Amino acid sequence: MKDKEIKFLEESFKKYYFEHFDLIHVPERTSEREFGFQKFNSGMVRHISLKDDKELHLLLMQNTPSDVYCSNAYYSSPNLSMKEKDWKEADLIFDIDAKDLHLDCRPNHCVTKCNECNQVSNSNDNCSKCNSTKLETKSLPCKNCIDASKKEVLKLSNILIDDLAVEKNNIHVYFSGNEGFHVYVYNSQFQEIGSRERSELVDYIMFKGAIPETFGMKKLKPNRSLFPEFDEKGWRGRFSKEIFISKSKRSKIISELISNGHSNFQKKLVNISTIIGSQIDPNVTMDIHRIFRLPGSLNSKSGLTKILCKDLQKFDPYSESSFLNEETIEINSDCPIEFKLKNKKFGPYYNENITVPTYAAVYMICKNLATIA
Amino acid sequence: MLELGADEYAKYPFMADAGKYLKDKGYSLTQFGTDPDLKPSVEKAFHRLKVSTEGGIYKSELIDGKATKENALELEVFSFLLAIVLIKLTRMNTLIKRFALAEARRAEGYLEKDLGKTSDKSKIDLAIRIISDLFDVEITKQNDFFEIPVADYLKHSISFHEREWKLINRKVENGKVLLNNEKTVRLIRKELGNYINSKIVSAPTPPMIPGLEKKVEELIIICKKLTPSYTIITDEYPPCIKHAIEELEKGENLPHSGRFMLATFLLAKGQSIEQIAPLFKNAPDYNERVTLYQLNHLAGASGSGTQYSCPSCEKLKTQDLCFAIPECDNILNPMQFGKKRK
Repeated sequence: MKDKEIKFLEESFKKYYFEHFDLIHVPERTSEREFGFQKFNSGMVRHISLKDDKELHLLLMQNTPSDVYCSNAYYSSPNLSMKEKDWKEADLIFDIDAKDLHLDCRPNHCVTKCNECNQVSNSNDNCSKCNSTKLETKSLPCKNCIDASKKEVLKLSNILIDDLAVEKNNIHVYFSGNEGFHVYVYNSQFQEIGSRERSELVDYIMFKGAIPETFGMKKLKPNRSLFPEFDEKGWRGRFSKEIFISKSKRSKIISELISNGHSNFQKKLVNISTIIGSQIDPNVTMDIHRIFRLPGSLNSKSGLTKILCKDLQKFDPYSESSFLNEETIEINSDCPIEFKLKNKKFGPYYNENITVPTYAAVYMICKNLATIA
Repeated sequence: MLELGADEYAKYPFMADAGKYLKDKGYSLTQFGTDPDLKPSVEKAFHRLKVSTEGGIYKSELIDGKATKENALELEVFSFLLAIVLIKLTRMNTLIKRFALAEARRAEGYLEKDLGKTSDKSKIDLAIRIISDLFDVEITKQNDFFEIPVADYLKHSISFHEREWKLINRKVENGKVLLNNEKTVRLIRKELGNYINSKIVSAPTPPMIPGLEKKVEELIIICKKLTPSYTIITDEYPPCIKHAIEELEKGENLPHSGRFMLATFLLAKGQSIEQIAPLFKNAPDYNERVTLYQLNHLAGASGSGTQYSCPSCEKLKTQDLCFAIPECDNILNPMQFGKKRK
């Protein structure tokens, strides 16, 4: 990104922060958290500790960051180096990202941009202009991406509530500001567990590592009575509903499963894991020292706000998380994908000069698909 | 500390404060070297140790947790305490491990039986209290099951390799894992072993007790035969590592978990960060600065100072990184590939 674009983004971001202090707050137990931020075209500044909203707002005004982060972990001394911080506990966090869901719609709203010659194209391997392999994928997620991500959030929260006794009001779902959702779990029994334990919890939620015996399928002499009932709780119940479909088909399907044998049963378990398991990013949940985008802050990949979804089903990120202003600006856009923001359609644009509202200009510049004219 | 009855001490002698116990009974340690009346305790202690070096579990003279002979309870506790004295006198660490494991298994048997005694609530309560006091596991009895909070379960089960111990393969309800008595006790086996182990390690080493020299020498000889040795049968990399290297050579985007596996494996094999870094050069998102930073982190040279170890085969299976071949021969970790125990 060049200076002109950075200056524009910084001005827009600064204005947002100045006008929306009401949206951006420090989390509870502020002094135990680690904060961090990034500036456009610059590295990460970490190990910051803040006292209150006032200090946070000052940091935003003084630095005009592109991204602001805060730890899910609580430390005795969050401003010291990793070794000296003294980790105490961490909220449980899940990241659901549409790009990990391998959706069919993806090719329709992804383009690549060549890092060498800036050519925007649909090619995934080589640049169509200069043949370079250094291509960066740019995605403008569509409604289908958001809906599919919501489904994963729903699966996740059902498992958390039904199996792991997490209280519904302790689960907060945020739109990440780009392609997915961040799910925060507060005050659970898992606050103090470490990385390896969290990784095991991830396998549970994703339905990974299940063995046929758990579902009654023994290697030798399988016994029909060990198969799960249709209404059972937990994974045995979810498995039943997926595999047996209805109570009346249970008996027939058990016979089929037994005659197909143990190893086919194992394959079936692997195959249904993406259907019944929740597709979370395992690396995020198991990292207990990570800093996460701060709710209320802007995502520099889009200019959209990371925002709490009060009603997930109805939530529309492209109208509810776009807070930048309407002031128009002339840009040169090479964004061949149509997108919608604040209920207004934009694009496709093919290397053309256009005048659009700031929020749409920021969106395209953040995606690196436009420059200031 | 829990106050136990005499028969409980016989079953769980590691719960006793050794020095205090002997003193209360009116004995000193040196007496055991010479006093003919105490010889059975020494013989029993020796036998107890020897059985453990053979991978067995010492069978005590208790039937259903009760003594069959007079003094048997005392003998049980004495022999345990003396076994520790003998271990300390041999100064052989392999003995500690074997003995602690065997004793843990023995206590495990009793705990399991006590937990399973549906007719005797006091026995169940005591076993639950021993487990929760020593190992910080909250256990509640619910009908035929013992309920353990998922977080507690994970802390203990995480070191198990068998897939049946994965949380996904357990009955989970209302934030609790439901286990039967056998599995409940199995869950703390390792910690029980560690607990006994740490008790032995922290016990003071007494000066040689006259009269016990021969027993100590015999134990040292037994112990020296135990030290295992490995033969290297191949110096090839395991298939998972080969696959990861091939992927990178092809310029494929190896997932984060795959890079983690490869880097930790090679670091553990003694390769330097400078040797490993170039492997990642073909990755589509290669950035020299980031790669070096991450490798340094894995090696424990930066950040928290933790040196990360190569993930287990089990973990790699769930990450779709395992490409096992017959030569893997049921190893638990890629690091074991190509080594055969003599």
